[in-house]
Amino acid sequence: MLGRKLGRDLWRLRLSLFAVAMVGAVGVANLVMARATLESLRESREEFYGRYRFADVFAEVERAPEALARRIAHIDGVAAVDTRVLAAGRAELAGFGEPIRVMAVSLGEPDSANLNAVYLREGRLPAPGERRAAVLSDGFAQAHHLRVGSEVTLVLHGRRQRFTVMGIGTSPEHVAQMDPSAVFPDARRFAVAWLPRETLAAATDLDGAFNSVAITLQPGASEAAVLAALDRVLRRYGGRGAIGREYQRSHRYLSEELRQLDTMARTFPVVFLAVSAFILQVVLGRLVASQREQIGTLKAFGYGTWRIAAHYTGLALATGGMAALFGVAGGMLLGARMADLYREFYRLPWIDFHLSSSLLGIAVLVSLAGAVAGAALPAISAARLAPAEAMRAEAPSSRWVRRAGRRKRLPLGQSHRFILRNLQRRPIRSALTWLGLASGTAIIMMGRFQNDAIELMIDQQFRRTERHDIAVDAVQARGRAAQRELERLTGVLQVEPVRVLPAKVSFRAADYRTAVRVLDDGAQLRRTLDSDGRPIAAPLRGVLLTDYLARMIGAQPGDEILIDPLDARTPPVGLPLVGTTSEPFGAQAYVNAETFDAVFERSLQDAGWLLAVDRRRQPAVLRALDRRPYVAGIDQRGLAIRNFKDGMANTILTFTLIATSFGIVITLGVVYSAARVSLSEQSRDLASLRILGFTRSEVSYLLVGELVLLALAAVPLGFAAGHGLAALLTAGFDSDLFRIPHYIILRTHAFAGAVSLACALACGLGLRRRVDRLDLVAVLKARE
Amino acid sequence: MTTPTFHASDLTKTYRAGEVEVQALRGVTLDLYAGEFVVLLGASGSGKSTLLNILGGLDVPTSGEVWYRDHRLHGAGERELTQYRREHVGFVFQFYNLIPSLTAHENVALVTEIADDPMPVAAALASVGLEERCDHFPAQLSGGEQQRVAIARAIAKRPDVLLCDEPTGALDAATGVRVLAALEKVNRDYGTTTLVITHNADIARLAHRVLRMADGRIVGETRNEVRATAAELSW
Repeated sequence: MLGRKLGRDLWRLRLSLFAVAMVGAVGVANLVMARATLESLRESREEFYGRYRFADVFAEVERAPEALARRIAHIDGVAAVDTRVLAAGRAELAGFGEPIRVMAVSLGEPDSANLNAVYLREGRLPAPGERRAAVLSDGFAQAHHLRVGSEVTLVLHGRRQRFTVMGIGTSPEHVAQMDPSAVFPDARRFAVAWLPRETLAAATDLDGAFNSVAITLQPGASEAAVLAALDRVLRRYGGRGAIGREYQRSHRYLSEELRQLDTMARTFPVVFLAVSAFILQVVLGRLVASQREQIGTLKAFGYGTWRIAAHYTGLALATGGMAALFGVAGGMLLGARMADLYREFYRLPWIDFHLSSSLLGIAVLVSLAGAVAGAALPAISAARLAPAEAMRAEAPSSRWVRRAGRRKRLPLGQSHRFILRNLQRRPIRSALTWLGLASGTAIIMMGRFQNDAIELMIDQQFRRTERHDIAVDAVQARGRAAQRELERLTGVLQVEPVRVLPAKVSFRAADYRTAVRVLDDGAQLRRTLDSDGRPIAAPLRGVLLTDYLARMIGAQPGDEILIDPLDARTPPVGLPLVGTTSEPFGAQAYVNAETFDAVFERSLQDAGWLLAVDRRRQPAVLRALDRRPYVAGIDQRGLAIRNFKDGMANTILTFTLIATSFGIVITLGVVYSAARVSLSEQSRDLASLRILGFTRSEVSYLLVGELVLLALAAVPLGFAAGHGLAALLTAGFDSDLFRIPHYIILRTHAFAGAVSLACALACGLGLRRRVDRLDLVAVLKARE
Repeated sequence: MTTPTFHASDLTKTYRAGEVEVQALRGVTLDLYAGEFVVLLGASGSGKSTLLNILGGLDVPTSGEVWYRDHRLHGAGERELTQYRREHVGFVFQFYNLIPSLTAHENVALVTEIADDPMPVAAALASVGLEERCDHFPAQLSGGEQQRVAIARAIAKRPDVLLCDEPTGALDAATGVRVLAALEKVNRDYGTTTLVITHNADIARLAHRVLRMADGRIVGETRNEVRATAAELSW
């Protein structure tokens, strides 16, 4: 018979329980979305890496004879070796006037290990002898609507050649298809072109030689030992230091993304499920209070404590079950959408989006556990009631009355006093509702936080740190003559060289592979800024490190930092750390040019140049650069930023929409439940007031006022919680690749606050109908 | 003859509960005059509460007419009825219906705040002998005291009419007598037309006029030539 009561209670409370379930569903959906996406991406990546033989170790050299491959193969621990030719260059497409950077990669010869093999989405690999055939990266091909048979011009080492697109694809090495110098993918302005080896070797004068090698390791082999041995072998051929897979750029980006997703999957569902447990506690708490007499009667008839507790837990389980059902379905829908977004950035050939049975189990379990946790207190208190006590109506606790009597009276109207006292009378419930509303506000803030943070990152990196208009890469490092030539071009206002030394930066036992940037005195186009955004010059005697790098290796100003050039042409040099720079992307070291030349006893040649250009003459400058054979790649910074923002807009919009709707669901769920509970408790008081001549509006004001007051009070707490979540996320997202700043603009606060308040108000007004329908006559006769 | 404060003629009220129709009033005609203390007697289900609800503007009749002075209550809208209750009617309920989270003083102030010309809250509480208890919450007051707070609340806005639905129904005799004394005093001091419905025949001795209801009709009317005082009552 209790089962029937359960069924009817469920039906009677359906809307309140549905509201609670929706909040829980948001938590479950979040969990499923993040974890299913994470698992699917991870599995798809591993499968792709496995089937297309992603290498474990990579190394670049200036030029090494092909015969060296055999020596490398004999290094202890090496399983397979693939030598390649890589070349940075440019592409030209009919009808697209902007500069396009290209990374040309030689295709494996028929007898090679064919590591980092190309997965073809379309077309085929060039047949032997097809020298002017290319396979293009799918992101680029898609961005420009290129198909098999399209024509593309590649400029490699100053040679302009036309190629026919034979295939379109991706490879494990280029899942994140981005230029090595870029900080974000730009599918329209960067392409990977896989070319026949002989074509590329001819273009780069590397016949019978290679400039890149990829290696797979035997199971159990020591990567460090292989790296060291490989460095020794390649040193005299201009080796630039071998790296393990974890430093491979595409792999790093994807791993970082997965790590962030993991952070999200751990953070947000906990918040949502906790809130849903809170409000379940509120709703069930009220149900128990309103059913005291029934509970007393049941107990008087001999129903045991456990039966009663189980009965109320049943309501929780039904709610948790509903939350799991909606949550899993919603999570799968959102997860599939997320996976689509990831496809844009990470060109895995397939993302097998699916829900594993273990994840399904976890989702259901978490949902039920959250609901039961929320029901625990009310269920226990129901079960504990002594029959005689339960059958008496609940009076306000004498403690509350004593305390309220002692409190100082605020000079308030009675309506406001009524509202305040109701909140004070149930402090736990008011606090839970307050917390629930605040978490809604916090989640809405999170939805827009990314946007704010990215805007700030762009501003810091591309307006304040980097201030050039055009960046130019040299085919090979060059002397000062090129800079002088560029300075003479009409429209060029300023030219600064880019000089970079790949090096291992270490302090005590900690080290990090990065680039040491050598800065001239008074450099304006790339500045180093301190944490307050003020420019600091690279000092004459010492080194500057990105603050993240200094923290990573545990160095303080004054500590001696060891800089070990990866090309091993000069011995390691120790320099004192004199300061740190604050920048959102990368982790690098900065040394003054004069200091560098003195302590390393060599000068670096220019690897590229940064140009400030008269905007009106920019097209002419670009044309002039195009004609320079020593120019490998050209970047127009403004375009890159715009394209990045356009590309991110879709992602950010999706995340904002998801988070905002999650926040709205939470806020509505909390407000609706709280309002229903208040209404059920106060309906007698409110109806009494109606009889005494209060208008519907005045009575509604008492109810809505309570909600709005709570919602208003929740806004600052929501802001604080939003900042707390932002801090948690930024800490979780921090990496040497980039740091998301903890930065939330005023408008985001205003938006989150306004949406929360609007939800509270809308919900309160929605309940006004119920206030209007209060049964005045019944109140005259009803005992409390 | 003076004009009646209330004039009702041929009132009927039919409730529909699903398929079942319940006829609560079957043609009630009555007049109530200013300053009158009227007791409406009747058994449960006789229709007395329905009549009080209609006179108090909580309900409208199915047919017939009911006037409060020149206010037409039959067919009045929700807004007009609220206005009518707010300006003219004081209610006293069987179960007091005080707001538990407000003190005695605040419960009365709740109503004076929305009234045009209320009496001071302290004066209202003093008139029911509760000036000392004004800072107590309902939970700290006895049933009789709570009912007297309810009376103070009802009269504080200086209503023309006081409608009391079984005001002593939840009280023991001694306490009930004190509550009735308070009602009697209000009626005498302020000239408030007072209608008390009860099934306790003894209370009828307090009234100027006693109406008896049965089966939805007024079946008898008597006038007390000599009214008893509340102190003389016992049941």
